[in-house]
Amino acid sequence: MILYNALFSKKTIIIGIVLLVAFLLLPYFLTRFYIYLLALIFAICLLATSLNMVLGFGGMYQFHHAVFYGFGAYAFALFVTKSGLPIWIGYVIAPFCSALLGLVLGLITVRLTQLYFGMLQLSLGSLVWAITYRWYSFTGGDDGIHGIPIPDLIGSSTGAYYFNLIVTAACLLLMYIIVNSPFGRTFQGIRDNPERCEAVGINVQRQQLVGQIIAAFFAGIAGTLFVTIEGSVFPDLMFWTFSMETLIMCLLGGWFFFMGPALGAVIIITVRTFVGIYTEYWTLILGLVLMLLIFFLPEGVLSLFFKKDVPSEKKEG
Amino acid sequence: MEFATNISLASLFQQVLVGLSRTTILFIVASGLSLVLGVLRIPNVAHGSLYMVGAFMTYTFASLFGQSALGFWLALTVAPLGVALISFLVERSLFCHLYEREHMMLLLFTFAFSLVIGDMVKLIWGSDYRSLTAPLFLQGSFSISGFPFPRYNLFLLMMGPLVAAGLWFLTNKTKIGKIARAAAVDREMVGAIGINVSGVFAAVFVIGCYLAGLGGALVAPTQNITQGMDHAIIIEAFLIVIIGGLGNIWGALLGALIFGLTDSIGILLLPQFAIVFPYMAVVIVLIFRPKGLLKSTW
Repeated sequence: MILYNALFSKKTIIIGIVLLVAFLLLPYFLTRFYIYLLALIFAICLLATSLNMVLGFGGMYQFHHAVFYGFGAYAFALFVTKSGLPIWIGYVIAPFCSALLGLVLGLITVRLTQLYFGMLQLSLGSLVWAITYRWYSFTGGDDGIHGIPIPDLIGSSTGAYYFNLIVTAACLLLMYIIVNSPFGRTFQGIRDNPERCEAVGINVQRQQLVGQIIAAFFAGIAGTLFVTIEGSVFPDLMFWTFSMETLIMCLLGGWFFFMGPALGAVIIITVRTFVGIYTEYWTLILGLVLMLLIFFLPEGVLSLFFKKDVPSEKKEG
Repeated sequence: MEFATNISLASLFQQVLVGLSRTTILFIVASGLSLVLGVLRIPNVAHGSLYMVGAFMTYTFASLFGQSALGFWLALTVAPLGVALISFLVERSLFCHLYEREHMMLLLFTFAFSLVIGDMVKLIWGSDYRSLTAPLFLQGSFSISGFPFPRYNLFLLMMGPLVAAGLWFLTNKTKIGKIARAAAVDREMVGAIGINVSGVFAAVFVIGCYLAGLGGALVAPTQNITQGMDHAIIIEAFLIVIIGGLGNIWGALLGALIFGLTDSIGILLLPQFAIVFPYMAVVIVLIFRPKGLLKSTW
């Protein structure tokens, strides 16, 4: 009970419950398209929040997070289409595959810090993308895999909506607990001062590796959620530009807030969907908005309304 | 039996030469990226987009000046300068205000820049293929001891060392190069002795982008000029810079050689999985030397 009180203020709990009930009731009032859109937004919210675990709370330059998302989606798709075992097992296996990739890439990348870490991750992630893109016989190459069977229970758009809602809510809760656990506190300590953490006996690289694996795990879950809605996977899921878009979501919402990236994801996906109806030059608009953000709102939308959860990062020279 | 070895030797020789021409383009693009990374510490993801703009501009200028040999040379000169001008304007108006910010912001700014460029290219040139023919005396091929070799590739092979020598001269023998190398190590100190660091950064950024444009201009006659050229090159350039050592021009050359040669020999050995060879080389290098083969500037 003590932990419970420390983690959540009464206000947070009430807002959370109200939101959850609202989302549970929403499908009764919405058309199929909006239900689909919301389900997609849930998956991307989870992806952006998992990125922010290492980016905002760990201070790691996770430049290529989408590779874990895409890898989870592919792992699920390949398991379901090739193994013939029950589909539900895929939902369990896929996140662990992503976590494994997080471990393998992490073993190489966490030896480096800051920009070097980020660039190395960008490159190695692109390697995974390149293999997926070329390996026609196994991954379907640039066509991807389509018509992936989804269990009947969540096969309808409403079913997928509820599944994504519940999984995303549970994962966000879990991530919130992790961020505020002793592990999460250490992680934030490393972000603010890695040298001091090293000096007091924390194994910085191991902490970062574990953080990387956890973030990859949740990104993998987000990947399976995407497949649940779309029923298909394609290499663009793990292309580096998508990672950058996810970074923009974190920036837009505010990466010093736990819920910031989720808010950013909501804004980006919604605006993209509706702007996309009117113009094909969506990326031009995104680019201009991003420039404005960097200049005028570098701490995100939430910073307009709240004091940030965590102090801002130090500039390094 | 003798015949077979003859064939494979000929094709090996040819593939190596083709790989070396590819290396030239990769080196020119990657060295620009490396220069900007080494001095400004910015992973410029818009670098590939500038390369694409360079190629499209070369096409446009070449058609503007008429499809003559003179027009081609003019286009080859003007297009990279055009790219440099764009980058100069963006750097002075927007980018220079961000140097004090975190790397993440700089990276995202260059990404925004690349998004805007990408759509501007679509707006200006449309989404069709473009192709450019080299002037007559660079067309066709001649034989080196019996093996045919395209003339344009030989021209590329000559450009590589020229650019490398130019960059070496710039960074080691000129004042601005020396200041830039000092600023890469300690920009506050360089500023403290009264040098306009921001101006030096602008110069380095523009030169780096010029090299992207030059790479695009040189590659224009050898392939279709399309949307998506930017994405194809940028990751390769990043990998080359990383395995070479950030900011190290010779590292970029070494990285480009490894990348270009493993790629072209891979095509000979296992055509379907040619792409995997350079990546494998990269992974092997990185496992043993995570900071790259040669010393990085910071």
